[in-house]
Amino acid sequence: MGPVEKDSAFADSFDEVLSLETEKEETHEQAHTRMIEKACHWAAKKNHTQVDKVDVLIGGDLINQLSPTNFAARSLAVPLLGVFSACASSMEAVIIGSLLLESGNARTVLAGASSHHQAVEKQFRYPLEYGAQKPKTAQWTVTGAGFSLLEKDIKNAPVVTHATIGKVVDSYQTNPLHMGAAMASAARDTIERHLKNTNSKMADFDVIMTGDLGNIGISILKEMFQDENTGVVLQDAGAQFYGNDTFFNAGASGAGCSATVFFGQIYDQLKKGFFKRVLLVATGALLSPLTFQQGETIPCIAHAIECRMEKRG
Amino acid sequence: MDQQQFQKIVDEKNPKVPYFMNIIKAFIVGGIICTIGQLITFFYMRFFPFTEATAGNPTVATLVFIAMILTGTGIYKKIAQVGGAGSAVPVTGFGNAVISAAIEHRSEGYVLGVGGNMFKLAGSVILFGVLSAFVVALIKTILVNIGVISW
Repeated sequence: MGPVEKDSAFADSFDEVLSLETEKEETHEQAHTRMIEKACHWAAKKNHTQVDKVDVLIGGDLINQLSPTNFAARSLAVPLLGVFSACASSMEAVIIGSLLLESGNARTVLAGASSHHQAVEKQFRYPLEYGAQKPKTAQWTVTGAGFSLLEKDIKNAPVVTHATIGKVVDSYQTNPLHMGAAMASAARDTIERHLKNTNSKMADFDVIMTGDLGNIGISILKEMFQDENTGVVLQDAGAQFYGNDTFFNAGASGAGCSATVFFGQIYDQLKKGFFKRVLLVATGALLSPLTFQQGETIPCIAHAIECRMEKRG
Repeated sequence: MDQQQFQKIVDEKNPKVPYFMNIIKAFIVGGIICTIGQLITFFYMRFFPFTEATAGNPTVATLVFIAMILTGTGIYKKIAQVGGAGSAVPVTGFGNAVISAAIEHRSEGYVLGVGGNMFKLAGSVILFGVLSAFVVALIKTILVNIGVISW
């Protein structure tokens, strides 16, 4: 995680917080790569293994050509599958990883995603020091990398039981500084399909957590589910990430936001047995600076995985 | 849920933009910047052999220099979050756009990075500034020539 994230509401579950955004590297992009390497090593270490023992690394980020993930895999020297669904990349990685395990084609999979605030700003928005007024709907891209190690048949660990692959949903939103509204429709579509396909209700889950809708996005989503009792079940990682600090406007976003919260706090809570059944819905806005300037709308995608913690023993 | 219903929810949940407060803040921040600029102009006229017509150039250079320091130290973007257009429209905003882009692209080298990207944001200010100056000058020349006004 980056230094800004030190004060995050989820900080307890972070393995390592960097003291500098550049982490002694020359550029933010290099620091981004370094952070992915570190996250992979942490994920392996916590499971008493090493990265080079892993069968495949599945990961994604928000930078052109996935260069940070590709460059990290260069030094990690493991087989790589690069994936992209913007901020929903982490869940896409877990879904593919789980299928690889289930089919018996892999024994150990590292899956996750990352984002770096400065590197993302440079690519999608303005120069860092440029004085552009941010509206209340804007979100702050998290500097963070979240990776998890997936294996088959481990005792006392959360299990991925179901997954719903997202459709690309376009709700004709055009404001790149208000992505919560654009992504809410995608989240709704995925959650609805998941509940229908698994014959369950919202109340069956301890928590249904979306990735980075932000304060406004999550309230839009709750409004769309007004017939159901969404109450405390439906939560958003991005809205809670930085607490109530208004500096971050509508909250956190980025592939690193959902990845670090889902693989950090939520995983810990599952492992402790505090949560028994959760639905993790990472949401991604599939825009680029080019499509936005050419007047395209912002299509979005949401991938969901259902995790359960079976009884101990 | 159809698109209209969705858009209704979005409009309902969107925070109201505080236009009035934003305008007041922009007025105050922009006003302060312009007052500082006026003081610099007086300074050049008082201590250097500049007239009211010629003091503009060193004033602009000084303001851009100040904007450069404020941008490099990260203060300008904080002013801009409060000031909005008040800090973007004066020449300091132009300086901020040029300098922030130069800092940002330093990692790609001096020629293609700094040189190639420095005017990425400010380029359109220059283009449309020159274009509108040309159009205004053209209109005035025509009006002078047909005798409506004089220089």
